[in-house]
Amino acid sequence: MASMTSDEDFERSNVHEVYDQIAPHFSSTRYKPWPIVERFLLGLSDGSVGLDVGCGNGKYLTVNPKIFVLASDRSEKLVRIAKQHQPHTCIVADNLSLPHSPSSLDFVISIAVVHHLSTSTRRGQAIAAMLEVLKPSPCHEHSVSVDVNRAGKALIYVWALEQKHSRRGWDEGDDQDVMVPWVMKQNTAANGASEKTFNRYYHLYRRGELEEDIQAAGGEVIESGYEKDNWWAIAVRRPAK
Amino acid sequence: MKILTTSFLTCAVKACKSSPLSFPLHYKDAELEQSDIAYNPRFLINILPRIDWDAVRVTATELGFTVPEEKPELPALDASSSTDTIEPADEKTLRELHTLLLETEVREGKLVCGNCGHEYKIKEGIANFLLPSHLGEFELFPFCFLH
Ligand SMILES: [Zn+2]
Ligand SMILES: [Zn+2]
Repeated sequence: MASMTSDEDFERSNVHEVYDQIAPHFSSTRYKPWPIVERFLLGLSDGSVGLDVGCGNGKYLTVNPKIFVLASDRSEKLVRIAKQHQPHTCIVADNLSLPHSPSSLDFVISIAVVHHLSTSTRRGQAIAAMLEVLKPSPCHEHSVSVDVNRAGKALIYVWALEQKHSRRGWDEGDDQDVMVPWVMKQNTAANGASEKTFNRYYHLYRRGELEEDIQAAGGEVIESGYEKDNWWAIAVRRPAK
Repeated sequence: MKILTTSFLTCAVKACKSSPLSFPLHYKDAELEQSDIAYNPRFLINILPRIDWDAVRVTATELGFTVPEEKPELPALDASSSTDTIEPADEKTLRELHTLLLETEVREGKLVCGNCGHEYKIKEGIANFLLPSHLGEFELFPFCFLH
């Protein structure tokens, strides 16, 4: 298996640098929230504080004005775009090294992010890092005295392998590790209309894989499903034995 | 970077998270700016229970503000009603909290970890927590924190 550093290098050139280059164009195409994400955010209790890990242009920051979101992304260019959404906060951070105390937050959303990590170990670590910042579920010994509803919840959303009716047409049995082109059309005075293609790395999740990854990372899936070419799951931290 | 945010941030280095010295982070060479954010008393009242007041006090004091020793007591709001009646004294406290926690921004400067000394740069209001790769080692904490 490749070393941690070379996996990071791979992601730098095939994910982060691409997003930096396509940031304004990408942002102009991303404005409509996914219904599952909207439902999750609107279901949080007033005053909830949590994270949007891999916030992109910050399109989820406007969904629920009664919560406080610390949004982060690896791409400084996208963070600058996301920053306009007050009263939230946007920072540049890595999803494997989040700058938040363990057990401190009410929720985490991670929408279309984990599938950009290039090994199963790193995807598991990203999920574990998100679970770690959530307020824990009580262990069996403590469950009588603690309000279970106060446990933090994470919503994780990843691209599905099974999407045979989509433009891409992938389906069960296809290669799960793919490079996906992003075509950027530019109109410049000097060159007229031109096109430039950028490739981004994706790991396409097969049915059940997200739940397995969450389980292995110490989470407990409380709800999961499929929404328009994506798998999603809502998880809490598994109580300690 | 808002003062409210500092209450939810710590060092990104794994080994620092178990050290009380890593929270809150400390501002250095901070250039402040007042921004204009819509006043929302209900938001403040709901968020206040989640705020670590000791952390806010440390941060605010370092930036030259004076804040009360104790977290201010605020009235509970009726969640079912859309209009809030707030006493003048509470209104004053809420306005002060709004200015301090939400509208006071650190535009340029650094956030420094009291444990490892790592400095995170703040540029145009955005803090950057990316670590040099040797500090980004992944390690998990045990799971039940109630023991
Ligand atoms: Zn316990
Ligand atoms: Zn540190």
